[in-house]
Amino acid sequence: MKKRFILEGLDCANCAAKMEEAIGKLEGVKEVTVNFLTQKLVIVGEEEKMPAIVQAAERVIKKIEPNTTMKSA
Amino acid sequence: MKKQLWRIGIGAALFLAALISNNSFGWGKTLFYLSSYIVVGGNVVKKAVRNIFRGQVFDENFLMTTATIGAMLINEYAEGIAVMLFYQVGELFQSYAVDKSRKSIAALMDIRPDYANLKKDNEIVKVDPDEVKPGDIIIIKPGERVPLDGKVIAGNSMVDTSALTGESMPRSVGIGQEVLSGSINLNGVITVEVSREYEESTVNKILDLVENAGGKKSRSERFITKFARYYTPVVVVLAVCLAVLPPLFFEEASFSKWVYAALSFLVVSCPCALVISIPLTFFGGIGGASKRGVLVKGSNHLEDLAKTEIVVFDKTGTLTKGVFNVQKIEPVGISKEELLELIAHAESYSQHPISESLKRAYGKEIDNSLITDVKEIPGQGVSATVRGKRVLAGNAKLMKEHSISISNDEENLIGTVVHVAVNDQYAGYILIADEIKEDSAEAIKKLKRENVKQTVMLTGDNKDIAGKVAAQLELDDVFTELLPHDKIEKVEELLLQKSAQGKLAFVGDGLNDAPVLARADIGIAMGGLGSDAAIEAADVVIMTDEPAKIVTAMRIAKKTLGIAKQNIVFAIGVKVGVLILSALGLVTMWAAIFGDVGVTIIAIFNAFRALNVKKL
Repeated sequence: MKKRFILEGLDCANCAAKMEEAIGKLEGVKEVTVNFLTQKLVIVGEEEKMPAIVQAAERVIKKIEPNTTMKSA
Repeated sequence: MKKQLWRIGIGAALFLAALISNNSFGWGKTLFYLSSYIVVGGNVVKKAVRNIFRGQVFDENFLMTTATIGAMLINEYAEGIAVMLFYQVGELFQSYAVDKSRKSIAALMDIRPDYANLKKDNEIVKVDPDEVKPGDIIIIKPGERVPLDGKVIAGNSMVDTSALTGESMPRSVGIGQEVLSGSINLNGVITVEVSREYEESTVNKILDLVENAGGKKSRSERFITKFARYYTPVVVVLAVCLAVLPPLFFEEASFSKWVYAALSFLVVSCPCALVISIPLTFFGGIGGASKRGVLVKGSNHLEDLAKTEIVVFDKTGTLTKGVFNVQKIEPVGISKEELLELIAHAESYSQHPISESLKRAYGKEIDNSLITDVKEIPGQGVSATVRGKRVLAGNAKLMKEHSISISNDEENLIGTVVHVAVNDQYAGYILIADEIKEDSAEAIKKLKRENVKQTVMLTGDNKDIAGKVAAQLELDDVFTELLPHDKIEKVEELLLQKSAQGKLAFVGDGLNDAPVLARADIGIAMGGLGSDAAIEAADVVIMTDEPAKIVTAMRIAKKTLGIAKQNIVFAIGVKVGVLILSALGLVTMWAAIFGDVGVTIIAIFNAFRALNVKKL
């Protein structure tokens, strides 16, 4: 299952790389891309774990860059 | 950004005031310095503290805070504040550059249709393209973007497909023809029956590919990700060593001098220049290529494309037009019309392109009631009874099998010859041939200039035809009469011939060579416009049918890779240079600032060049 999000206020390229790494380590995540330039986040993960993944991803993002908000695209 | 500008302005004024105020004031000077620092760097310090509590220690904010406060603690007020000031100016430039690149990327993506004029019970409503279903009727007015793929059911117009193909010549469309989403309707009102929902439409697929191409990372990108992971901690550890060790071991070493050097280390310890500019470069290259009608499905493919050594072509539909046309009708004993009628009927059940071209040449409706006893003879042709006559149509082998003698001027003919016998009497032949594309020869010549060592053609066609085509195009090698699985074998043999670094590209039409496209290092599909199969199977999709676009794609790839390399070498070079010089105590913190933000800005502007591929 694939979900797309817009990361509003994503202003730091290094943070984007950190987010990608951290979300990739979450349980049930198969593939993740954080595109700094298009400010997009794409998560591919196991269907039944998706709600948990999205919540965890939101926490990860807030932790790395508090000014960034995750919106569904 | 305005707020940032004000902050820098006020901070700079206070800084100046501090510099010119004389020492007789005592505390006044320090007060000016401190207030300037708070104005300029307050938010950085705040972020640094907050991030430490969140467990994010080694970020830019922390490093800048440590470097500047450290400088002030060793009484280098002016430098500490200047560093913060320049850092902020750099950040301002950087966000400007990022903003600008985001805008040009958005412009690149500006082929997304905003609305569709949906026809609903004699009323026309503007709706989101997402809401339109296949079978719905939409109206497209002049100047509007075609929102969904479909078939024209009324009206005719010229459409500009340049956003999809890079081709600037408008195409004319009329009733029964297909229009593709993303193109622009130029002059007439057309009514279109939608054939695919938005999710599946051409424009959405292209946008999806370009946007997600970044997901497949190139080696350069993987390298900088790894580099960034180790670089910062290593530099920070070195900085600590630099501050502590020399004063411990050498009595004459002054503590503040080495702390100063260590602080310069911290300033250049962010790998930002690389982390931003390399993905931007590849994105620019992929975006630029899509403007020219070449879809590259990942940065890794762009990288491979630049290293192509062997290009293997499929013949039909790739180097030739793949449209077979009847070139010559040579009847024996019957009329031309009768020969064509008999052969068109006899072959009418076959799906082979040859049968299609015969039907086209015949031009009239095929009357199925006339045909009985159709039998396909694999590798030879077909036998059928047409109007009670027994018709044999096929190659020389078929005629031989039935001991029918044929005219023997076949040697001189380029193309496929279909012999016909009626009631076991030879009735003549029809010559069907495919044409070489206009730009094939030029494309092959140009590929050689791009350092491609070998050009090879694979085909299921016979030796005579393929050999002549290969000679005309000056290909290095040709393998003929191959079945689909033979093509894979040949590609595997050729894969062994390339050098360790080199890549092999296979170019096909994506229709029946999907396995070969997948087996090659780079699978290039031609004429991808509107063909899902080709877009799925290939790594690189050429939207038009021009082989010359392969050369364009390779040039874009080389330019992109070149820029990425320049940026890597430049950024790492400057940073290492600054590190060495500051370890020797030869440079000031000002140079270190250049090594951080200056390099980032230059690298971003260099990356920008990748977007400009108009002349390639």
